[in-house]
Amino acid sequence: MAAPDPMAEMRAAFFVECDEPLEGLQAGLDRLATGEAGAAGVHGLFRAVHSIKGGAGAFGLSGLVAFAHQFEGLLAALRGGQIALSPGLLALLFRAADHLADLVSLSRRGEALPEERTAALLAEMAPLAAAETEPAGPDFAPLPMALDLPPGAAPRRWQITFRPRAALFAHGHEPAALLRALAELGTLEARCCLEDLPPLAELAPEEPHLSWEITLEGPATEAEVAAPFDFVEDLCTLVIRPLAAELPEAQSQAPPPPAPAEVPTLVRVDLDRVERLMNLVGELVINQAMLGQSLARLPLSPHGDTMKGLEEFQRLTRDIQDSVMMIRAQPIRPLFQRMARTLREACAALGKEARLETRGEMTEVDRTVIDRLAEPLTHMVRNALDHGIEPPEDRRAAGKPAQGRITLSAAHRAGRVVIEVSDDGAGIDRAAVLARARAAGLVPPGATPGPAEIERLLFLPGFSTAEALSDLSGRGVGMDVVASAIGSLGGRLSLSSTPGQGTIIRLSLPLTLAVMEGMVVEVAGETLVLPLTQVSESLALAPSDLAELVPGRALVRRQGSLLPLADLGALLGYRAPLAAGGGGVALLTGGEDQPRRALLVDRILDQRQVVIKGLDESFARAPGVAAATILGDGSIALILDPGDLPPAPGPGPAPARPPAEVCPA
Amino acid sequence: MSGAGTRMELLTFRLEAALYAIDIMAVREVRGYAPPTPLPQAPPSLKGVINLRGRVLPVIDLGVTLGPARPDAGDRRVIIVVQLGESLAGLLVDRVLDILHLPAEALQEPPELAPEGAAPLIRGLILEEEQVIRLLDLERCLEPARRGAA
Repeated sequence: MAAPDPMAEMRAAFFVECDEPLEGLQAGLDRLATGEAGAAGVHGLFRAVHSIKGGAGAFGLSGLVAFAHQFEGLLAALRGGQIALSPGLLALLFRAADHLADLVSLSRRGEALPEERTAALLAEMAPLAAAETEPAGPDFAPLPMALDLPPGAAPRRWQITFRPRAALFAHGHEPAALLRALAELGTLEARCCLEDLPPLAELAPEEPHLSWEITLEGPATEAEVAAPFDFVEDLCTLVIRPLAAELPEAQSQAPPPPAPAEVPTLVRVDLDRVERLMNLVGELVINQAMLGQSLARLPLSPHGDTMKGLEEFQRLTRDIQDSVMMIRAQPIRPLFQRMARTLREACAALGKEARLETRGEMTEVDRTVIDRLAEPLTHMVRNALDHGIEPPEDRRAAGKPAQGRITLSAAHRAGRVVIEVSDDGAGIDRAAVLARARAAGLVPPGATPGPAEIERLLFLPGFSTAEALSDLSGRGVGMDVVASAIGSLGGRLSLSSTPGQGTIIRLSLPLTLAVMEGMVVEVAGETLVLPLTQVSESLALAPSDLAELVPGRALVRRQGSLLPLADLGALLGYRAPLAAGGGGVALLTGGEDQPRRALLVDRILDQRQVVIKGLDESFARAPGVAAATILGDGSIALILDPGDLPPAPGPGPAPARPPAEVCPA
Repeated sequence: MSGAGTRMELLTFRLEAALYAIDIMAVREVRGYAPPTPLPQAPPSLKGVINLRGRVLPVIDLGVTLGPARPDAGDRRVIIVVQLGESLAGLLVDRVLDILHLPAEALQEPPELAPEGAAPLIRGLILEEEQVIRLLDLERCLEPARRGAA
């Protein structure tokens, strides 16, 4: 078996670890922009850039180091008060942070770095940072730091106890290099402590047994003394204490190290492993259902040990499942942060001004949902700016602030995640949309669609209202791409717009792509599953509940209102539409953003949690079929999305699905 | 095809009276027949999906793809599970026969005829024990069941 390349592994780990400082950098800049962060905030930014620089240096990523160094210098100048925070500087910091993120991801993929852009940014930063730093020097160039200690009280002698742990060596750090870095700060006296060294026979070669007692004499501040240990502070025991100038060598027995800043205990886990755990739990749920079914066939007392045991088993399974789901759930914040960047870049490209507001960014969503949401959300934010927000002069003329506002919000609602992208722009010009749709032949000549129908036209393939196609969001692909991406996530999309006031696009997504509460029904001999959240009511049909619209189109009377009734078996092409003679069960679906209607099924079999299994995307899939699940007996049932089902059974083999219900059916 | 000296390893199977072969490297396993769950409005060759140890596997009736439609041969058929790139699929055939080790030269170009029918699906012909075995191009065989090809 080929041993994995340890250097490559460490490199990969470095890039993974870059995510955190990069995210911190964005969050810190946001706080800086709102004025929430003071000097400590700037220090946090500095630390983030510094830690990326250090790691990059260790892997010889010189382009990344050079850029990070200049960026760091800029932040140091800001922290030191040599330059003042201005909107211009803030914009530069944001751009630098974005660029740093780019450099990291390019380096991660081993691609060439964009030298021109880097040079341009460096040139922009240089005059500001130059006041502060020496020309780019060695990696750990001492930088003047804002002191945590009152100035003047800094002692000139430091006592440092350094005990590396095995992990320090495993990460490829070298104590000698750390000591050398310390030695640059002043006169260094280091003693290697051999007291803990066991006899050779008992020596565990993987375990470090050495520690160092170091006395450093020099002008260095505590932060500077600690700086060389920045990357190993979690990997060693480190105690830094000031020594009074005259005090002889202090007792070497160090007191218990001060607790490091509270960091929640985190474990980095490969997503594949979580995925595998999730799959196993899915199998467990199926297995438990199978066991339950076979036990139900036995003449067992419901109060006997076996049935009680089964109940306990079911409870535990559910708990395990919930716990695994929690592992996969992540706050949506990083995604929203990426959108802030998207917006900044789009603003620069379009010459518009807009800021992003976020709400509910700590809302937790399944990791896989977050990953697949990035692209459609990017498109929506660009669209909101491109088509929604007016140019600054138009906004002023309309009595609005020149800077537009795009709001991203996330919230949990009724077992789903609802994400809204809203803007305070001009709203949708319905007349223009309709005219364009007519020109493109998307609307039959005689038809006069209502406002909601006009807005749905936007989701048709190839639709674009941009008068001049911008290179940003008007490439002939548009909201239809967003709509299909959201659809493949089991989500739905709705839009509302007020002329002059803006547009809101609302996405409603399942919390997870792994399990859901389902209603198991039988239709034409097939077993199907409907998401429970989408069935508001079920009623056994009696002839008196029914009314006929025209022959073949039935309506259900329900509390004074009439709902269209469609035979699910016919919608899916399993059978010819049943004569509406009563019998069967009607499931009421829709509501909120979907038209309400009743689906006719033969009977309801069960109501339970099902594990969602994706269907191979490359094979044909009928509208309304969202995924599949495995039943207790090992057979497969299809999971339907009622909102995606065709409005009426097609004649014979259905043609490609009409993307939206535009034409009056 | 690769040069002289290389050998091929093929899995042969029967559909009606005809013999076919596929590259054994694509074969993951052979399973007994299980009734697939039909997919609404699927192309005729896509019989539905079955459960392969927790994975949802599309099943393609090679009889529909390769020949004229015929009565359903029932439950005595078998499913060959093949892997193509990322996706797994089941091929419904009548009977799996044998594994052949042959030199690459044993493969003959299919004649350039039959503008319609199964010809483009066949990569080559092998004459083995007086019988003609058709080596299938798997990618093309699955094409009719793919999205958009309906």
